[in-house]
Amino acid sequence: MNKIKRKIKLSENVYRMDVEAPLIASERKAGQFIILSLDDNYAERIPLTIADANTKEGTITLIFQVVGATTKKLSRLEKGDFIDNLLGPLGKPTHIEKFGTVVCVGGGIGVAPMHPIAQEMKNAGNKVISIIGARNKELLILEEEFKRLSDELIICTDDGSYGRKALVTEPLKEICSKIPPPDLVIAIGPPIMMKFCSITTKPFNIKTLVSLNTIMVDGTGMCGGCRVTVGGQTKFVCVDGPEFDGHLVDFDNMMKRLNAFKNIERKKFEDECKLETEIKKMEKKNG
Amino acid sequence: MADTTTHRTPSEVENEAKKILLELLARKDSITNKDRMKIPPQLMPVQPPETRRKNYDEVALGYGPAQAQLEALRCLNCKNAPCVDGCPVRIDIPGFVKAIADGDFQLAIKIIKQNSLLPAVCGRVCPQETQCQEKCTVGRALKDPLKSVSIGRLERFVADLERESGKIQIPEVKTETGKKVAVIGTGPAGIVTAADIRREGHSVTVFEAFHKPGGVMIYGIPEFRLPKKIVRKEIETLEKMGVEIITNFVVGKTRKLTDLLEKDSFNAVFIGTGAGLPKFMNIEGENLVGVFSANEYLTRSNLMKAYDPKSDTPFYPAKKVAILGGGNVAMDAARTAVRLGAEEVHLLYRRTEVEMPARIEERENAREEGVIFHILTNVKRFIGNDDGILIAMECLKYELGEPDASGRRRPIEIKGSEFIIDVDTAIIAIGNDSNPLIEQTTPGLKVNKWGNIIVDENQMTSIDGVYAGGDIVLGAATVILAMGQGRIAAKAINERLRKI
Repeated sequence: MNKIKRKIKLSENVYRMDVEAPLIASERKAGQFIILSLDDNYAERIPLTIADANTKEGTITLIFQVVGATTKKLSRLEKGDFIDNLLGPLGKPTHIEKFGTVVCVGGGIGVAPMHPIAQEMKNAGNKVISIIGARNKELLILEEEFKRLSDELIICTDDGSYGRKALVTEPLKEICSKIPPPDLVIAIGPPIMMKFCSITTKPFNIKTLVSLNTIMVDGTGMCGGCRVTVGGQTKFVCVDGPEFDGHLVDFDNMMKRLNAFKNIERKKFEDECKLETEIKKMEKKNG
Repeated sequence: MADTTTHRTPSEVENEAKKILLELLARKDSITNKDRMKIPPQLMPVQPPETRRKNYDEVALGYGPAQAQLEALRCLNCKNAPCVDGCPVRIDIPGFVKAIADGDFQLAIKIIKQNSLLPAVCGRVCPQETQCQEKCTVGRALKDPLKSVSIGRLERFVADLERESGKIQIPEVKTETGKKVAVIGTGPAGIVTAADIRREGHSVTVFEAFHKPGGVMIYGIPEFRLPKKIVRKEIETLEKMGVEIITNFVVGKTRKLTDLLEKDSFNAVFIGTGAGLPKFMNIEGENLVGVFSANEYLTRSNLMKAYDPKSDTPFYPAKKVAILGGGNVAMDAARTAVRLGAEEVHLLYRRTEVEMPARIEERENAREEGVIFHILTNVKRFIGNDDGILIAMECLKYELGEPDASGRRRPIEIKGSEFIIDVDTAIIAIGNDSNPLIEQTTPGLKVNKWGNIIVDENQMTSIDGVYAGGDIVLGAATVILAMGQGRIAAKAINERLRKI
């Protein structure tokens, strides 16, 4: 179970893995995620969105960026290795129907979870306008895939090294100003991006969905660590989400909650990186 | 009220028990009920508070053989055995206690195992004082329920003895029938149901969402109250019986419940998924950084072992902690916070100690470990700093009014009694609602307004062939009540399978 069938480095620190998980592959729908951990005793459990699935092969595609201890360890696994624990598909699937024109905004690693949603929106007969952005050209992922599925594709980089030099909110605003305006906007990316996408669409009164990636332990509603404030109400990202109305999400509170363990984790991560450097040094020395 | 524990060493209390026991056994045939009533109730040796505050090891150290035998000799062997009526799984209590009194510990565990597969767990976490021991004639005669025969501790003693001997008796399994049952959840309800069905020779597959089986016994109840190696052993027994356990499988998501029946040809399904959806208070500031559900706090430390430096799961560096709630989970969270290095742990409960649902022993333990109790007090709002981090709570004082629907006196807030306490961490332990995952994905499964699955007297749900038991039916209750329901469901399922 959970054998890694393929591993591709997409950009600096971003990897794609196709993992054998036939049941998840057949049950998953766009918008859902999995929880994984790399051993039974001391590993942490982290959520990752399912970027794609191949039911014939019985695999799911995970795309992740190395940001902490677990993604670091995951990135060290190779083709043929196993992921000890993989649970899913979790969360509510995206509501797919023919809305008309759907704008899919993906930022950074958020382009990966956006992929199956944009695909399904296209399959349902929507006109799909995709805006994908990254800090620079090297960090941009899934350009080919989005080119294939989108009726219109806009690429932005923060530094202008590729596509338009702009934040994703700029083209988003232009699209929203058009007549007729789009029927639905979906934004997935760093919380700050989703916040500003929601702020951008608000004056145009265009329904905006965001997909939240909060801290989780179990992913099945049991711990409440993932809770967010939506329209003044407490909601669980794992069972009520991960998608919510971006105009109702309290992003500031969510971003603060995401940082709850930052200092402790950063220290652990840095300690480990230091250790790694030391080991490499020693290995070099010992030739 | 009597003390039930002692900080003296196990060997000290054991030696003392040995002396009394030898005197009694010397005139074994002439022991009268009067003599029995005079035997001092055996205290449970526990780690002294100052030691256990700094470790995660089990607090209660267990009886020695002489203590156990002596305690068992206190039993009057009442004909009507009121204790059995107090036991949700109806263990033959006088039978196994008598076996201990006779020194036949093997027979004792055999008797218990006819009705309970989890004696080492139940001996530790059952609320005996409101079940078997509440009805004990000895306790009644001595006018103190805490002086009843310590049935739970005796159960624990023989279960531990068997486990440590390495010769665990595996319950007998009849010839394979070729019929298949799916059990969802590996907590107490699921384990008992699986075992009882497997005994009849049916094939049983148990599904667990977490990466480790055991349910609340693994993620919820801390190591210092229920060592995880004991739970693992009980699960092993299940596996040795031929029950298949599949982890990382969440029914309703990985596979729909209806698919189990229609596509995977299971003949019946039992849902024992527990009450896994923590309640919050819907008050200002409860989503601040530093406010946790007890489930999250306990799961991080128990299942994910955040207390261990080897663990990748971080824990929150809590120094001044408030626990909200008065149940066993609240006590577990408070005592975990103590062990994780908190300087001050406050427990707030809006009624008085009389109404607290937590076991007396757990309250006693928490207090000894330095947890500060604030009764008739509740939080009104959580206060954060500019970074959204909890720094204080505004609280209110309460008084008790007329009894409410639960029969407990209703707490009424005292107007103008607001006060502030500084805390960096708050843990909400006010109970759980039912987890909606299965209900949401199983059309036709009826639940009540709290989300609990509705069942008939045989634990069958609104769907034919689908049964449920434990906290998903009861709301948050106890290990033993869950086991009781699992037993009823298993009986009904076995009955059903006989007919097909």
